[in-house]
Amino acid sequence: MSLKRPAKEQPESFEFNSSSLETANKIIAKYPKGKQQSAVMALLYIAQRQNNNWIPLAAMKYIAKILDMPYIKVYEVATFYSMYNLSPVGKYLVQVCTTTPCMIRGANKLVEACKEKISENESEFSPDKNCSWMEVECLGACVNAPMMQINDEYYEDLNKEKTLEILDKILKGDTPKAGSYRGRVNNEPENNRKTLMEFKNA
Amino acid sequence: MLKDKDRIFQNLYNDLGSDIISAQKRGDWVNTKEIISKGRDWIINEVKESQLRGRGGAGFPTGLKWSFAPKEVGSRPHYLVINGDESEPGTCKDRDILRFEPHKLIEGCLIASYAVQAHVCYIYIRGEYFVDGQKLQAAIDDAYEKKLIGKNASGTGWDLDIYIHYGAGAYICGEETALLESIEGNKGQPRLKPPFPALVGLYGCPTIINNVETIAVVPTILRKGGKWFASLGREKNTGTKIFCISGNVNSPCNVEEEMNIPLKELIEVHAGGVVGGWDNLQAVIPGGSSMPLIPKEKCETLTMDFDSLVAEKSGLGTAGVVVINKDQDIIKCMARIARFYKHESCGQCTPCREGSGWMWRMLERMAKGEASKDEIEMLGDVTKQIEGHTICAFGEGSSWPVQGLLRHFKDEIKKRNKFDPIVKENKNIPYLVDQHLLDKNA
Repeated sequence: MSLKRPAKEQPESFEFNSSSLETANKIIAKYPKGKQQSAVMALLYIAQRQNNNWIPLAAMKYIAKILDMPYIKVYEVATFYSMYNLSPVGKYLVQVCTTTPCMIRGANKLVEACKEKISENESEFSPDKNCSWMEVECLGACVNAPMMQINDEYYEDLNKEKTLEILDKILKGDTPKAGSYRGRVNNEPENNRKTLMEFKNA
Repeated sequence: MLKDKDRIFQNLYNDLGSDIISAQKRGDWVNTKEIISKGRDWIINEVKESQLRGRGGAGFPTGLKWSFAPKEVGSRPHYLVINGDESEPGTCKDRDILRFEPHKLIEGCLIASYAVQAHVCYIYIRGEYFVDGQKLQAAIDDAYEKKLIGKNASGTGWDLDIYIHYGAGAYICGEETALLESIEGNKGQPRLKPPFPALVGLYGCPTIINNVETIAVVPTILRKGGKWFASLGREKNTGTKIFCISGNVNSPCNVEEEMNIPLKELIEVHAGGVVGGWDNLQAVIPGGSSMPLIPKEKCETLTMDFDSLVAEKSGLGTAGVVVINKDQDIIKCMARIARFYKHESCGQCTPCREGSGWMWRMLERMAKGEASKDEIEMLGDVTKQIEGHTICAFGEGSSWPVQGLLRHFKDEIKKRNKFDPIVKENKNIPYLVDQHLLDKNA
């Protein structure tokens, strides 16, 4: 369980805008009647997307009211799961996987690149306040190690130079292309494919 | 090597396209109605005959699990839940199924839902796989549109709704009861078993929980027959499996292979060999980070299936093979895994919550050579205090890799950590707390 604290400066109030509300209602309908509490995780995501990638306490109170559940239970969920940001993060949130499979393929070089380009310490803003980075646990793309996630997209098969290039792009406000940066297709073995050959380049 | 025609996931590398028309060309959704019309008992028997074991790590026989669902639907509805919270370091097979073979999974959901009499199926996907989840959602929408699922799914008279539920970055939610808690909108903390989810699961109703890969192979098994699946691999370890080979190999990859394949073949043939040659191999983690590592000597002859790995005091787990060569510091690698478990412990049971941090801190010091030699035995003791003393299998998962390290690399740790905290020489050190012990000897 990671240590997470809500931000000191909190907005007074929070409400879903109309498109968020529509999505929220669709999601609540997925669950049986009376079990609307199940939608809390999805609603926290919606709040996070609406509010520049972080969840204020006011949003938790608002969600608690919508789902007719105690505020503390929403707070519990928001603090338990690591993907909910309880304090402001960059518009580009860089998450570098440093768990063993990535570590042994050089994830520390990616961390170095982030330190050089974004900020000395993790969870700090870049000088222009647009980016922040952090180390995270396994992101589940181990055969594409080392890799990092920027917002929703995966950037795979990296090294320090490629990472610096990607970070340069996001610091300029561009969105770099996702996927492998060694030019390989998905998870196939590079230059060494032995299976399903008849479909290759089909 | 497994013949291409026996591979279930023909589109593992997305050569053919993951959309519904390409999937139908590959044989998905072709005679779903016929399969289902053969009836519940036939489906469950065929899966039993195939000896399919769950692909999520524990290897529980799937047919048997399905037969635990109550035969008659009582006042409580049945649920099917698919576990796609793939977070085990070294494993990335479900992601490829979600994005490239979504229709195998959706068709599997329909067949499994029918077999366990569920009208609602939840697919739990880890939050980081948002993009891949969107691809699955698009495939689900297509299937609804073509009336393959929904009311009277595929013309079978069975109603099925499939919903995706995203996780939010908690490894523990891959544990089945924690996953149910998470769907119910709580913290993902595992429940005590019994009662087992097959009787009291999601919302207190009978629930069958299967891994993504398990469900995705079911339609092909039923098409080609349980006997075909059972003819691959060996007795009780049958069929094919997606292996994820990562770490210090020349071409890390996902590959579908027969069970019981030699580990050396997997590494040398499919993954292009160990970086620096086979002799540069130090150890292999055979089944995701929670399985004990295996040193090089044993890798020569090891075959990859559930039972042969148990015989080596390890396990197949999720078949995430992490190759570690001699350029790596093995203690550092294990210390990082221990840090992963410390980070992911849900905090419910004291032995795990406290012990996982304890193991991490000790291993960090051992990697630096700052631990005392007594601590090596103490570390083994800590792992034994966690293992078997927790609600869920996370306790085992966090202590086994450390036990594996101690079993095979104790000499390495001893060589690095020689420091002895008890002062044997007779010295008068003014700040030493144990001075009186020394004085007595003098």
